[in-house]
Amino acid sequence: MHNEAILPAGTRAGSPPPRGTVIAAENLTKRYGDVVAVDGISFTVPAGESFGLLGPNGAGKSTTMKMIGGVTGRTSGSLNIMGLDPDSSGPEVRAHLGVVPQQDNLDEELRVRDNLIVYGRYFGLPMSYLRPKADELLEFAQLTDKAKSKVDALSGGMKRRLTIARSLINEPHILLLDEPTTGLDPQARHVLWDRLFRLKEQGVTLILTTHYMDEAEQLCDRLIVVDKGRIMAEGSPARLIREHSTREVVELRFGSERNATIGAELDGIGERLEVLPDRVLIYADDGEGALEQVASRGLRPLTSLVRRSSLEDVFLRLTGRSLVD
Amino acid sequence: MSRTVPPAAGRSATEEALDRPFGRLYSRNARAVISRGLMATRSSNWLVMLSGFFEPVLFLVSMGVGLGAIVGTVEGPGGGEISYAAYIAPALLAVSAMNGAVYDSTWNVFFKMHFAKLYQGMLYTSLGPLDVALGEIFLALLRGMLYATGFTAVMGVMGLITSPWALLMVPASVLIAFGFASMGMGITSFLKTFQQMDWINFILLPMFLFSATFYPLSVYPEPIQWFIQAMPLWHGVELLRQISVGTFTAATPLHVGYYLAMTAVGMLLTTLRLRQLFLK
Repeated sequence: MHNEAILPAGTRAGSPPPRGTVIAAENLTKRYGDVVAVDGISFTVPAGESFGLLGPNGAGKSTTMKMIGGVTGRTSGSLNIMGLDPDSSGPEVRAHLGVVPQQDNLDEELRVRDNLIVYGRYFGLPMSYLRPKADELLEFAQLTDKAKSKVDALSGGMKRRLTIARSLINEPHILLLDEPTTGLDPQARHVLWDRLFRLKEQGVTLILTTHYMDEAEQLCDRLIVVDKGRIMAEGSPARLIREHSTREVVELRFGSERNATIGAELDGIGERLEVLPDRVLIYADDGEGALEQVASRGLRPLTSLVRRSSLEDVFLRLTGRSLVD
Repeated sequence: MSRTVPPAAGRSATEEALDRPFGRLYSRNARAVISRGLMATRSSNWLVMLSGFFEPVLFLVSMGVGLGAIVGTVEGPGGGEISYAAYIAPALLAVSAMNGAVYDSTWNVFFKMHFAKLYQGMLYTSLGPLDVALGEIFLALLRGMLYATGFTAVMGVMGLITSPWALLMVPASVLIAFGFASMGMGITSFLKTFQQMDWINFILLPMFLFSATFYPLSVYPEPIQWFIQAMPLWHGVELLRQISVGTFTAATPLHVGYYLAMTAVGMLLTTLRLRQLFLK
């Protein structure tokens, strides 16, 4: 791969990168009838940060993204995107944004390169800017040899990369990514993470929702854990793990029959015990030590695994539920 | 809605957008939607495009030439005798303007709205819903104009044009298409399933058959005449039939007015609905 100079400075369609806070949300609330999708959340995102919204499906992540993009109005609270209110100046706010929606909505009637050019036209950008820009972004998305292909001939990972390339056509200061790697195979995810990491290095502010812990840990400088429309915790991945979990976790499987009753027999091992339908988690700073204690009590799990704590454990601790059901 | 955002120095883009009529809905860039449509057409369904042109031509040949051989001449709008083919040709043109506009603004829009998610993508850019609506309707009208020009040429070749006024059938067809397209898009925005979309055909087919397309309105009893005259297609049929022979009456501005009103109501409905659908 030899595409280092990806978004050369000086060719930006918009203004120079902003400093200070680019997004400020205060008591942001969205109700659909009786359903409260987002329940008074507040956060700020400084320029250049990679900010994550972590939570299960239905937590209000996508709704928050839509409010930031100005395609969904808020019920109450305030929202400021680079000095603008997305409710009243949607088109102007969106001129600064790149949006990668949860489901690819590429234009299947257009070829790969035309997808980029036409999307740029929606922002009112001139062809003289768009032609070289489209080629540059195809290079960035590793799709140069697919420029003339039809969209439906692309693999899932390629479509996702094209969607991301498309979202960069207006050189946005803020990139909104809603579940960017959901449905992709591991290799495609790593390619995508690499691309996103490069954008971050170039100073693009990334806002991403995910229910994958590894993704949040890889990409986010800071994140909020969201559940039922509320913020449960906020901080860097490392800090959240430190504050809400132990250093290590022992995962034990005793089979579904035995899992329910095993809790009492494991009592006292580690700092905390979590009994899930399919497995038992022991939270301990010394995982191997805890595992030895299990063995010394004569208990023989079917499988056992010692691993580092992850954001999954933080979420479990905060909400009592798993992220991915 | 509380606005605690500190005002920016000078006039912000927000204030300017609010000053402009439809600032939230319209970014004066419908041409981007139009050029997208032209690009998409270039790479896709020429066959569908051609079928839209041939359908009224086939009707004209079958009914006008075939059936016309038995019917002979009939009384035209001015009272003069014209061939049966010349009698039904303007009506078929009105029908094709209606069908083309309705297809583009209903099935096409429905698909793009619910399946291709095309509009969602567009509305995440600087485009507003009104840019999208205007662009899509313009494309429908452009297609309608091509069909109308083609059909008028066919009429000319078949010797069915007797007055230079007949050339005005092309812009009049565009007006008819405008009325149907704007109304069709507004109505489509309410529909959620394919079953509901079938209602559209259920309305179009009887309108095509009974709007004095193949015989004069006078064959009906009076109450049915009133009903037919309240329907949009009849006005299109009458308008084009009058233009084809260059005979205008007091009813002519009424027909034109019907479509102007239909266009205005349809555009209003479409814009309000797009706002509800996409900026909720």
